[in-house]
Amino acid sequence: KSSKKADFVAMHRNMYDTDVTVFSPEGRLLQVEYAMESTKQGSACVGLRSENYVVIGALKRSVNEMSSHQKKLMEIDGHMGIAIAGLTADARSIAKWMRNECLNHKYVYGSAMPSKRLCEELADKHQRTTQTYVRRPYGVGLLVAAYDEATGPHLFQTCPSGNLYEFYATAIGARSQSAKTYLEKHFEGFPSTEKDDLIVHALKALSGCVTGDGELNKDNASIAIVGKDHKFQLIEGENVAVYLDKLEVDGGGTEGGGDGDAMEE
Amino acid sequence: MKKKKAPRRIRTVGDNCLIGASGEYSDFQSVMDTLEGMVQDDVNYDDGEKSDAKSIHSYLRAVMYQRRSKMNPLWNDIIIAGKDFLGYVDKIGTTYEDSFIATGFGSYLAIPILRSKWRPDLTEGEARALLEDCLRVLFYRDCRALNRIQIAKVQGDDDAVVSDPYELETNWSGFEATKGDMDGDGGW
Repeated sequence: KSSKKADFVAMHRNMYDTDVTVFSPEGRLLQVEYAMESTKQGSACVGLRSENYVVIGALKRSVNEMSSHQKKLMEIDGHMGIAIAGLTADARSIAKWMRNECLNHKYVYGSAMPSKRLCEELADKHQRTTQTYVRRPYGVGLLVAAYDEATGPHLFQTCPSGNLYEFYATAIGARSQSAKTYLEKHFEGFPSTEKDDLIVHALKALSGCVTGDGELNKDNASIAIVGKDHKFQLIEGENVAVYLDKLEVDGGGTEGGGDGDAMEE
Repeated sequence: MKKKKAPRRIRTVGDNCLIGASGEYSDFQSVMDTLEGMVQDDVNYDDGEKSDAKSIHSYLRAVMYQRRSKMNPLWNDIIIAGKDFLGYVDKIGTTYEDSFIATGFGSYLAIPILRSKWRPDLTEGEARALLEDCLRVLFYRDCRALNRIQIAKVQGDDDAVVSDPYELETNWSGFEATKGDMDGDGGW
């Protein structure tokens, strides 16, 4: 019986998946789902927050040994940054819009843009692309990390569908389930976690997302932190190596599977 | 402007911000419409964010300066007061913040009084008395003014309150020389 349904779905996917504005018989917008697939193919990003800080981290991919590692974390404003998974060019376009909105808000109101408002407008922007013939959905998922004076730290996830979620901790991208499992185990202790330990948690969560024979190192690991009295700060290269060393000291790897070989000797 | 008996030149925006304006009353009314729209937007967003005096001040600055740049100014000098904030915006988009601010004749007659009498630790009663002294001088020296005044207050997180208009007590003895009788030339 289930194979009949699968056949039915498979048969109809081709008929209803060409236009973003066409529903499938099951009531799905297949183009939007395909766009979300693009997010799942991007390399992993994690995000977590404590009482005063938000940390986001990402695994940077490189095409081959000769190439640079793809930038995954971007600053939006002093109090806000994003981690991206999916089509990088779409992400940069979105980042440009977010930066402009934040700058305009600062000029007019003399204060930092409230993150929830910006993310809600961002989600609506995503939704608009799903309801018109002439456009396509954004093929990227974002983790938005922000610290608002009035309401504290926030971690949001946006989706090509236009849905907006707020999290205490989450992960997106390839093999992100491993990171999610790690975060689920530890997130209840995050509110009181110190800044440096929060970064180590992010790296531990990320280390489960590397491919079988890969490892987390200072070239492919990328961390950013924002929080109370702490403007958005990118931590990469030698600066992140300091935290990676702590990973190895603690016995490294994640408890959620993945074979990060973070143990020295 | 004393055409009306009690024009509302000081108003509240949201719960805890005060706006006072000199100049063209209709432009002030237009500014208030815009600000009330802003407050309503905050309500509609329903996300815990509230416009405070500082952001209202910055917003008005952007508006006033833009109108001036388009050669179509809002003809007002505006004072914004809120929790830990006292600021000024005028028709050409000038802004400043200080411990005491005055517009119109006040900048000539009241500011010197405030400069000599203001202290950071004034009690509410002392502050009110000081304002009344300034307003009294303004009544004496501006022939268009009445002795009817309003005082408004915003304190901490409490709601802002604007008093009803009330009349200042004045003492015209010592001003006989200005009565303009036949003796003398009316000078002192």
